[in-house]
Amino acid sequence: MPSREIPSVSKVPPMTKRTKANDELRPEFNYIVDLVTPGASVLDLGCGEGQLMKALQTRKRARVQGIELSDTAVQACVEKGLFVYHGDLDEGLADFNDGSMDFVILTSTIQVLQRPDLLILEAARVGRKCIISVPNFGFWRVRFQLMFEGVMPKTSRLPYEWYDTPNIHLTTISDFRRFCREHNLRILHETDLVIGEHTCKHVLALPNMFADYGIFVLERE
Amino acid sequence: MIPSEPGSVGTVETQYFTFAEPPNELALECGRKLGPITLAYETYGSLNADKSNAILIIHALTGDAHVAGIDPTDETHKPWWDTMVGPGKAFDTDRYFVVCSNCIGGCKGSTGPSSINPTTGKPYALDFPMLTIADMVRAQKELIRHLGIEQLLCVVGGSMGGMQVLQWAVSYPEMVRLAIPIATTGRLSPQAIAFDAVGRHAIMGDPNWNHGNYYGTPGPTHGLAIARQIGHITYLSDRSMHQKFGRDLQDKCEPDYDFVTEFKVESYLSYRGESFVTRFDANSYLYITKAMDYFDLAQPSGDLRKELAAAKAAFLVISFSSDWLFPSYMSKEIVSALRRNNLDVSYAEIQSDYGHDAFLLEVDTLTRLITNFLEYAVPRDSERVEGAPDD
Repeated sequence: MPSREIPSVSKVPPMTKRTKANDELRPEFNYIVDLVTPGASVLDLGCGEGQLMKALQTRKRARVQGIELSDTAVQACVEKGLFVYHGDLDEGLADFNDGSMDFVILTSTIQVLQRPDLLILEAARVGRKCIISVPNFGFWRVRFQLMFEGVMPKTSRLPYEWYDTPNIHLTTISDFRRFCREHNLRILHETDLVIGEHTCKHVLALPNMFADYGIFVLERE
Repeated sequence: MIPSEPGSVGTVETQYFTFAEPPNELALECGRKLGPITLAYETYGSLNADKSNAILIIHALTGDAHVAGIDPTDETHKPWWDTMVGPGKAFDTDRYFVVCSNCIGGCKGSTGPSSINPTTGKPYALDFPMLTIADMVRAQKELIRHLGIEQLLCVVGGSMGGMQVLQWAVSYPEMVRLAIPIATTGRLSPQAIAFDAVGRHAIMGDPNWNHGNYYGTPGPTHGLAIARQIGHITYLSDRSMHQKFGRDLQDKCEPDYDFVTEFKVESYLSYRGESFVTRFDANSYLYITKAMDYFDLAQPSGDLRKELAAAKAAFLVISFSSDWLFPSYMSKEIVSALRRNNLDVSYAEIQSDYGHDAFLLEVDTLTRLITNFLEYAVPRDSERVEGAPDD
């Protein structure tokens, strides 16, 4: 008799998002905060312990709410005074009307979903704008490991072994752009980064090769 | 109040408030009137100068006003949520003014079927009018006004108390800033109605019930004990029963192959049933379970979102993973309706093996959630004023 639900693939925590009891804002999140207009309504999907929501609330006075699957992360959000819904993103966003949020944010989340395409389209339906960030599987270190070492790539963005990774739908920056084109999503803004421990660097040339992280602002065409 | 130990509110005296004296009786949902009405209540901590720190805690089916502390008149009178109310606890009585009252229809000092009907001089028994959750809340509102409180910082309760929390938020939206409904539902499920009905059948089928006119006699103790046993089964979970009792035999190693109490779980239920009849009135059990059965916040439209539209509070909705009497999907229905009304709402499902009883037992997690919710979840209007400047 299991005492806990058996975790499905979608029920594991996203990539490297939650640092242990660390409320410091991850460096790439600063770029996302800058993309949000002051006073906006924001829905953060897979909000983790709420560091980004807290930053948006204090720095942008945004009206934020989140959805998160991990019960300890939900508690951490409530402890920060944030409003959060304990639930599974693969269940969709049925409670939200079309265009009811100024921004819907998905940071490093889509790659752990069963059907990222469905949630991205849901996010684009609910949000007047969407901010979606993805780890780039086209990054040169990833390519290098596969090509020259012949092993499944592991990087600071993608730290798991092939057998325990929650990242079941990885993408490259090029793939993501193509997905947006094919699904009538206009890319309003793109930020390509290489993320260090405390700082990020912009990548201007050949981002699909030299950036390990892409941040996209989308809207429905 | 003299604190007896750190974290305890110390001795607490039950107080009484009487209102709705004829001809100003309280109009009830069933169309009848009730008055005068007495509410038994207890308070803990002090009301601050601007009366903004009051928290109303609402008890479940068989609870009472004695939520915390020591009853100096009866040491056996156990407080039902002492782990949550007191100095330094989730409902910190050094900061908040906590109020808890026995619901109308009850038998712990508030007017109920065992109270004397002033027109006959005898207990009401079945002359007592049928009550609803909204009626209970209406009476509580009179008490809160009597205490000089215009707006409650928070209304909180589990199970039937949670139904009243939701009703408060809808009936008196201006009076509720924060609402914490725990392990509850927006409408009682047919399954829960069925268990209530079987409990009532046990009471009303007991010959000593005598159509409710048993006062002055031992009354339907057998029927009430069975009703309580049925209730208890619904408050536990399959897993908690495995853990608590297993298939253990009671005080023996070999079965007797007889219709005696064989198993530990039987013995537990018998004990629970027998101890309950000494402290609870059978007619109160009938009236209060019936009030829960009638509870359907989605009516009259049938749309929970529409019926919750009046609410203004910020919500923290909590459910427990193993609660099969009020499963998480019921809380999610509430949350969904609140979100679609664009209200501030947090929802947490606490992983627990304790079943419905978890709302009394998962103290650590509840404390963490509630302490911070009370601390930070101020309504957005005031937050805008105090908020940090824009970038």
